[in-house]
Amino acid sequence: MSEPASAVALPVPEAPPRSRARSSSANVRRLGQFALGGVVLAYLGTILIAPLGAMAYEIIALGPLTALKSLLEPNALLALRMTAILTVLSVVINAVVGTLGAVAIVRHRFPLRPLINALSDLPLAVSPVMVGLAFILLFGREGLLASLTAALGIKVVFAFTGLLLGTLFVSLPYTIREVAYVLEELGTSEEEAAATLGASPFQIFFRVTLPNVRFGLAYGVLMTLARSVGEFGAVLVLGGSISGQTQTATTFIHDAIDQRATASAYGMALLLALVSIVLLLGLEWFKHKKHGGSR
Amino acid sequence: MKSTAYALEPSRGERIARHLTTLYLILIVAVPLLALLWYGVSDGLVSLREALASPVARQALWLTLWTSALVAVINLVLGTATAFVLVRYRIPGKSLLSALIDLPLAIPTLVTGVMLAILYGPESLLGQSFTNLGFPILFAKPSIVLALAFVTLPFVIRAVEPVLIELDPGEEEAAFTLGAGPIRTFRTVILPAIAPAALSASIRSLGRAMGEFGSIVVVAGNIPMQTLTAPVYILGEIESGAPRAAAAVSALVLAAALALHGLAHLIERRLGARHV
Amino acid sequence: MRIRVEHLSKKFGTFKAVDDVSLEIEDGSLVALLGPSGSGKSTLLRILAGLESADSGNVWFDDEPATDLHARMRGVGFVFQHYALFRHLTVEQNIGFGLDVRGVGKQTIKRKVAELLGLTGLHGLGGRYPSQLSGGQRQRVALARALAPEPRLLLLDEPFGAVDAKVREELRQWLRRLHDEVHVTSIFVTHDQEEAFSVADRVLVVNKGRIEQGGPPTEILDNPETEFVARFVGDVNVFPATIAGNIATAGSLRARVLGDVPTGPAHLVIRSYDLKLWREDPGIATVQRIVTFGDRVRVQANVDGAGPIVAFFPRRSSLLRGIESGCRAQIEVTTARAYPAESSSLYPMSTTA
Repeated sequence: MSEPASAVALPVPEAPPRSRARSSSANVRRLGQFALGGVVLAYLGTILIAPLGAMAYEIIALGPLTALKSLLEPNALLALRMTAILTVLSVVINAVVGTLGAVAIVRHRFPLRPLINALSDLPLAVSPVMVGLAFILLFGREGLLASLTAALGIKVVFAFTGLLLGTLFVSLPYTIREVAYVLEELGTSEEEAAATLGASPFQIFFRVTLPNVRFGLAYGVLMTLARSVGEFGAVLVLGGSISGQTQTATTFIHDAIDQRATASAYGMALLLALVSIVLLLGLEWFKHKKHGGSR
Repeated sequence: MKSTAYALEPSRGERIARHLTTLYLILIVAVPLLALLWYGVSDGLVSLREALASPVARQALWLTLWTSALVAVINLVLGTATAFVLVRYRIPGKSLLSALIDLPLAIPTLVTGVMLAILYGPESLLGQSFTNLGFPILFAKPSIVLALAFVTLPFVIRAVEPVLIELDPGEEEAAFTLGAGPIRTFRTVILPAIAPAALSASIRSLGRAMGEFGSIVVVAGNIPMQTLTAPVYILGEIESGAPRAAAAVSALVLAAALALHGLAHLIERRLGARHV
Repeated sequence: MRIRVEHLSKKFGTFKAVDDVSLEIEDGSLVALLGPSGSGKSTLLRILAGLESADSGNVWFDDEPATDLHARMRGVGFVFQHYALFRHLTVEQNIGFGLDVRGVGKQTIKRKVAELLGLTGLHGLGGRYPSQLSGGQRQRVALARALAPEPRLLLLDEPFGAVDAKVREELRQWLRRLHDEVHVTSIFVTHDQEEAFSVADRVLVVNKGRIEQGGPPTEILDNPETEFVARFVGDVNVFPATIAGNIATAGSLRARVLGDVPTGPAHLVIRSYDLKLWREDPGIATVQRIVTFGDRVRVQANVDGAGPIVAFFPRRSSLLRGIESGCRAQIEVTTARAYPAESSSLYPMSTTA
């Protein structure tokens, strides 16, 4: 480019080739973003949304009231009652154990700590059918502890106790992991402050620790709830799905499908799906709160 | 681990609570699993070998393995992509979408099976079209993959999301100002950060998929040698009064699942991915 | 409350956080533990609070053994560096916590809390939550909370570290005034020497788990006993030098040193305010840079054979006449100290803030 010796009027430069290249690379970028977004939407649509949509459509076609009415028959109600009892028990027990266990894992130092850590994660790796099998091997007719339970007069397999043990096993990890995570994030300074102010360990736990973990705890409780309601494999094996006695909501659906009682199956499935959605809303709410609601 | 302040050393009440909790965990988790493992391998793997002698068993294990692995890979790639889109892109209805992604964690697996059966069943348009094309989904292998993909959907997405959110935009900006294009930046800045989380979550989803039961038993048809997976096979053995075979195969699958979770844990520890 | 500490030691793994520390603190005094990060001052404070246990040594509160006393029984108020306010409680509930756990009556608590809100200038904020307060306000809540149960000892761990400079200055003055009113024995930890000197009656300089020197601020400034103290406090120049008689020689710089220093290699420490520098040919130094900081001037020069030196002057000082970058200058040292050189010391040449 030639520069005039004394710049009176410089020639107006043409748009430099660079900006044109930039706008075309910007276009490529946008195309790429579009493509990625499209791929992801296709993935979610196929795997996640489509089945949900299909169920919603089918229920509407069937008439949701028809479906839910089928739940008023005695077997269905008993199955629901069983699920409800199992869920309440497992939530309460695992919430208490989970909170105490989380405090122990995060705040204490003791030789068995890695074991407790591992045990609290283990149920997540085990297939539900194997859970049922494991308890049968312990408490079944030729089980390792069969004589013990016989002596105590407790029936485990094909009875409520078996269902409870299975449900406790599978829903165990959730509260303890959530509370442990939150505790780890919180640090100990508030508890130290409480100690210097004269609080006893009891007071520190109830006035400082527990309130601070409440959202993580709530989240964990909801997960425990969801898992207990949805448990199938273990309760099928351990309960045998004896209607009116050891049938849960999930095994009820399974039986209904086998017997081609579509309305009952759909009705129960719809109910459980609705429960899950409500739980999901709660989970999302507490997830939001967990991550810095109050700072 | 941080040392606990002296002032917070556990009191007697806390120690008792800890002992009770330990007892509970051992009784509910350790004892049954030990019984299972012992029963399965106590006769020196004879039962296992016998069980594996059956082609049905071998086929079931193989089916479980490859479908779970396939789903793990799908999760790794598409899950990471989804996390990316969720964090970085502006789309309408994002919070609804994000909530839905957690649904597989809340919904009973059996209900998942029912949904898939409705979607691809003989009465649905979709089901009929695929069957007519000679590519049936329900009661065939594709249904297994679809069910496993649903059930393990959140794993990688939820693991990668927080990493992406916490990523310091400064690093990427530095890369741009130094002349790197988006792909190069992704490879150098983003990928190393998300790789441990994505990888460990994918491995965990593999373990989870291997044990999946509720949805499979509804959609797969459980045809031996065709669509019978390991957990359903194990159920079959239990119901036909062969607990030894069931225990042996369970021990095998359990060992594999534990190894996988252990591996994932190791990756998280070593490479610093956060797992919730 | 009087505090006596004897031979306190604490190790974390192989790291000696507190190394055989003994000290005495008078009732009602306001003492600063001053030292760089990692010097062990916070650990010492936490041991006094009962938040950390010592490996060996003893602590006495008013001549009663306190070494094995649990934190909640010590009657110690502790203010944490990052406040550690109870996030789910209001300001009032935070402040009243120490009284509440002791079962004090609601009315009494209400009264006391109101008093403290007034004392700490937090009127009207009682119903707020910590997340709704500024850093300075949170710190005052932390202080009020610690004071509510009327502790006999108040400990503050870098109390003003997390707020910005202006607020820090206000809080310092305010702490001093509070102490004058409340008269509780107080110890605070800081790495900021200005803070230590402007607030405390007495300063203990801590380094690597040991107390290097303790005394009123002026004494520490005027008579630093160890090289560390001399270098840590104030703006100083340090030169490797040789001592003969009472004269230290570093290149072309010569200075008379206070006290008795053994002959041989040493570190010569000269405060930036303790020298006179004026324009003179040929002189012993070349002026490099002159910077005006508001009411004082900083002159950087290079001494022949010794290296960079920094001097501070008030702006109107007559010594500055004619001084400009590149000119030659003469230097006279008014006060200097020297410390025998340790073979391992790798201190940089000059450490001016």
